[in-house]
Order: sequence, then C-alpha cells, then structure tokens
Amino acid sequence: MSKSYYDPNDLKKFGEISEFQKELGDNFFHYYNSVFKEGALSAREKALIALAVAHTEQCPYCIDAYTKDSLQRGVTREEMMEAVHVGAAIKSGAALVHSTMMMNKVKKLEG
Amino acid sequence: MAKLKLNSLKKRKNKLADPKYQVEYLSNGIFKNGELPLFQHKIKSSGFTDFKPKPLEIFQINLGYMCNQVCTHCHVDAGPDRKEIMTKETMQLCLDVIEKSGAHTLDLTGGAPEMNPNFRWFVSEASKKGVKDFIVRSNLTIIRANKKYYDLPEFFKQHHVHVVSSMPHWTRGKTDRQRGEGVFNLSIEALKSLNDVGYGMPDSDLKLDLVYNPSGAFMPANQSDLEKDFKKALFEDFGIHFHNLMAITNLPISRFLDFLIASDNYEDYMTTLVESYNPLAVENVMCRNTLSVSWDGWLYDCDFNQMLELKVDGKSKHLKDFDLNSLQNRNIKVSQHCYGCTAGAGSSCQGTTT
Repeated sequence: MSKSYYDPNDLKKFGEISEFQKELGDNFFHYYNSVFKEGALSAREKALIALAVAHTEQCPYCIDAYTKDSLQRGVTREEMMEAVHVGAAIKSGAALVHSTMMMNKVKKLEG
Repeated sequence: MAKLKLNSLKKRKNKLADPKYQVEYLSNGIFKNGELPLFQHKIKSSGFTDFKPKPLEIFQINLGYMCNQVCTHCHVDAGPDRKEIMTKETMQLCLDVIEKSGAHTLDLTGGAPEMNPNFRWFVSEASKKGVKDFIVRSNLTIIRANKKYYDLPEFFKQHHVHVVSSMPHWTRGKTDRQRGEGVFNLSIEALKSLNDVGYGMPDSDLKLDLVYNPSGAFMPANQSDLEKDFKKALFEDFGIHFHNLMAITNLPISRFLDFLIASDNYEDYMTTLVESYNPLAVENVMCRNTLSVSWDGWLYDCDFNQMLELKVDGKSKHLKDFDLNSLQNRNIKVSQHCYGCTAGAGSSCQGTTT
C-alpha cells in the first residue's frame, strides 16, 4: 500500500477494475464509452458536464482526466470555470434547498 | 502555457537551441532507463522492420527561420532574430529539382516564408513548374504586419497558391497566449482579407485551410469535431469561411520541448505519446512521402528532422547532389520525437494520417 490514498498513476489502472469482476467491469466500460459518444449532445458538451460533475464528486482522477479532455476539445478556461460554477451552484443550492426542511421543522416545533 | 518569451532559444543561448543536445535529451532519461521504448524498437515491433519512403509526393521547402512572431510552441525556434534565410541561388537549385522530384505538391514553409526578400520571385517561378498543389504556409499576421504585405492575398490568388494558415483557436485568449499579444485580431483581419479575394469561400477553388495545434501539453481532439467548432465560431463571430482544418500534434522539439521540460510536463507528455502509438498512423506519416529542404539546401526526411539537423541517409544529402533513385532507397531517420506523428489519429503537415 502506498503512503497516500491517491496516486495519479492509478488513473491509468482504471481499466483494470475488470480483473476482480470481469462481467460487471466490462458492462460498466461498455456503458461508459457509449455515454461519451457523440449523440444529441456533442462530445464537447459531455466533456464539460463530466468536468462539472468531477468537481461536485470531488474526484481527483476525474478532474485530471476531464480537464485534459476539455482542453483537447478546445474548451476555454472561462468555459471550464463556468461549468464548475454550475456544479458548485447546484451543490450549494442542493444544501440550501434542504434548509426549507429545517425551517418547516422549526416552525412546527415553535409554532 | 509559459509566458511568451521575446527571443528565440538561439538568441537566449538556451542549451536546447543545439539540435545535438535535443536529440541526446530525447534519447536519455525515460528512454534510456527502459521505462519507455525507443521509437525505432517500437516501429520494428509493429512490423516496420525497414522504414523506407513511399513514392515522393510532397516537396517541402523551408525558406528560412525568420518570422515576425515568436510562438511558445514553435518547432523551428523561429523569430525576428533568426537570420537564416534561403538565397536566390539556393532557390534556383530548388526550381531545378522540383521537376526532377516528380512531386505533385510543393509546400513552402518557414518561419514566415513571405519575409524572404525573394519570396515573390520564387513563387512566380515555382508556379510555372506545373505542380498540382502549391502550398504556402502563412502565419496570417504577416499579411497585416506591414503595408508591403497587404496585397499578399491578391498575389496568392494570382499564382493560385493554396494557403495553409496557423490558427490555434477561435478565441482571442487561447490564441494570444500561444502566439503573442494581438495575434488573434491580426489573424482575423488577415482571414477576412483572404476571404475578400475568394479564399476559403464555399465552392471556391482558392483553397484556404487552417492548422490547429494544441495550446499545451496535450494531444488534439478529433480533427473533424474541431473543424466543426472552428467553422461555427469563426463564421458566427466574424463571418469567416475556410475549407479544412488540419489538427497537428506538437512534437517535443525546440521551444515546445523547452516548455515541456520547464513546466515539468515532459515525462507525462512522452508517456501519453508512446501510449497513444498507433501502427495505422505509421503507414502514412509524412516522412514517407515528403522531402524537406532547409534554407541552405540540405535534404531531410521532414521539417522536424531538419530542425534536429538529422540529414537524410545516403549520398544524396543536398540539392546539388539530388538523386531521386538514391533518396527513394534511403532509410528514414527516426528518434523519439517521431512518437508525435504516430500518436492517436496520427499527425503530419497535412493533418491526421488515419
């Protein structure tokens, strides 16, 4: 075991997850690759969505991969940062919208 | 990307200005310790035991390393401080050889080839040689750099030149970071002036193609996807038309190699190129159908080998000793920079190779 939980070299080993469970691993990669194919959304748009989600999921491997992928597709710094803000806005909005539960509870308990 | 430097590596007396040092660097480290395979071993293991040329199709002439720009990625280490330019005598030798070569494409490059004082004379003479495709690689800004160049679009049209221009992105920020402050606006002006005389317009036979190369240590995405994005953005924002986009991978030589090392991207970038090695791309790499001529008349397998001073193998090494038969039987010289042309969809001066 290495001394840190995250090693950038592990990103290259992603494909090896099928080693312990081939069928499910293969199914996952088939699905994953299909999702990122050009469809109703362009591959460029999908890269930006993936980049935003990579941040909200706080996955360093995904941030590494989709930052590079976005650059390769000609995405600008401004577009990348705006995508991250969209993710951040949803993440903070999701937390804040739950405050209505808190408010409901407060109002019920205190009248 | 590193901040734009104002001088060439040569002017800065950077060690990487020495081609021998570059070749050495590319053979040491991760390639010497066996972490990554040498290119010559890699092609051999994928069936290319003899790496020889196919029939010659493209005769590429570098008219000199002088340029009005100092781009961060430049594999030529070109700039205003470079004084190596082709003389009229060497141009005459080129004219003598063009027909002998049997190449259907003549490809002029630099630096900024237009800065050579004999450029117009040479284009006029070369256009009489009957090649099918006569390319001039223009950096665009030269067209707007000085009044004496403003009529270049008309001049190109007069000689039915195929204009191939560098355009790293459709936004100002990305373009100027790579090629220098103000380059984007001048490039847009130049593209408009080319469109004005008919270049790049739909159905026009005055061909205007753009060359894209990534702004940093990563490979280009799919060429046709990028072309769609470029076409949409340049037309919607500026009303500009062009025909095709060629996506070129940055090769790890000269100023791009300097950037890779300085930014600590060298090993990762080389690993990416090696891991993306595509045997199908090897089949059509440009060194197999191209000959590159330097400003002083020496012959090379490609423009990259020219910058590394890896002259062609065999006896016919200079325009003065041009012997097509001997050249066709030569072994192509390779080193680790060649991984740049064989990665992914492949890369050449004509774009992807697969």
